[in-house]
Amino acid sequence: MKYSKSTILTMLCIVGILSIGVASMSGFSTSDTSETTASDDSSDDPFSKVMQVLTHKRCVNCHPAGDAPRQGEDSHIHYFDVARGEDGHGLEGYTCNTCHQDENNHYSGVPGAPHWGLAPRSMAWEGKTPVEIARQMMDPKRNGGRSHKDILEHLTEDALVLWAWNPGVDAEGNAREIPPVPKEEYIVAVKEWIEGGAIIPAQ
Amino acid sequence: MKVTFTINGKPSSVEVSDGNSPLLWAIRDGLDLKGTKFGCGKAACGACTIHIDGHAIRSCSYPVKMAEGKTITTIEGLAETNHPVIQAWKEEIVPQCGYCQPGFMMATAAMLEQNPNPTDDDIDQNIINVCRCGTYYRIRKAIHKASEIQLKSSINESQ
Repeated sequence: MKYSKSTILTMLCIVGILSIGVASMSGFSTSDTSETTASDDSSDDPFSKVMQVLTHKRCVNCHPAGDAPRQGEDSHIHYFDVARGEDGHGLEGYTCNTCHQDENNHYSGVPGAPHWGLAPRSMAWEGKTPVEIARQMMDPKRNGGRSHKDILEHLTEDALVLWAWNPGVDAEGNAREIPPVPKEEYIVAVKEWIEGGAIIPAQ
Repeated sequence: MKVTFTINGKPSSVEVSDGNSPLLWAIRDGLDLKGTKFGCGKAACGACTIHIDGHAIRSCSYPVKMAEGKTITTIEGLAETNHPVIQAWKEEIVPQCGYCQPGFMMATAAMLEQNPNPTDDDIDQNIINVCRCGTYYRIRKAIHKASEIQLKSSINESQ
């Protein structure tokens, strides 16, 4: 109800929706995490493969630094003043599920996956380096008390995370970009990295 | 495929060849409930807003197959109960052309369920539908009016 001229023009021209990223991180249990560092910056090691995915727009769009999701290939602020809300699933009368359902909608171009929503503020990845993201992700004080096992499951089994490899098409029918590492390769890399001690490079 | 649900308090079903077709088509063309409007077809404008299990949903982007077993309310359902939003919209003479108004009214009713006494900021943040006639000022007044009617009604019921 507070549309500027430019916002309305944007709605008219770009109502194509919503390439939102992935990965809500809430509701976890115990932790057995402690940070370990090493100095491996190879781009082909498991850590780097994992981080090539986690820093991709399909993930970061819903791990924003602020209270608004980002969307699209250019990660612009989500149109229509969409906001985080108290639980990361939108506002009282206007939740994520008002538009986003459990699967992609190829008619409208609205993406969807189970429990569509934002990651908690403590798990904001936008603007952070891979090392910073990893430290944050493995820190039980910031990751909702998740253990290594919990993180492993979230990264490799959560339907919302894996949506990144099945992101559907936008309102114009254009396929959304998927992360640069194939899903199966990414899953193997996550397991190798975490089961190997979740060692985080020094930088 | 057959999809069965409750709509405006009545058991109903539709037969569709494509379960992914929009629920909006089933409501308008299958059940002949024409109050819910098609606007943008991309979940952006809000003209097609209905309630599914009490939550505001953009029916143009909701596959009909997902409606199986759900409880749906459309603007016709709101009218049948003379919902406070209906009363307020009439009192404030909100519509101009009226096309988008059912969506606004459904969005408002959903918000009032969660927030019975919204501030102007709450309205700005929650009611993001589009009205090409620019009736936003009257909509805002009507939302406050609907809130008053609803609160008075709930007080009377509790006495």
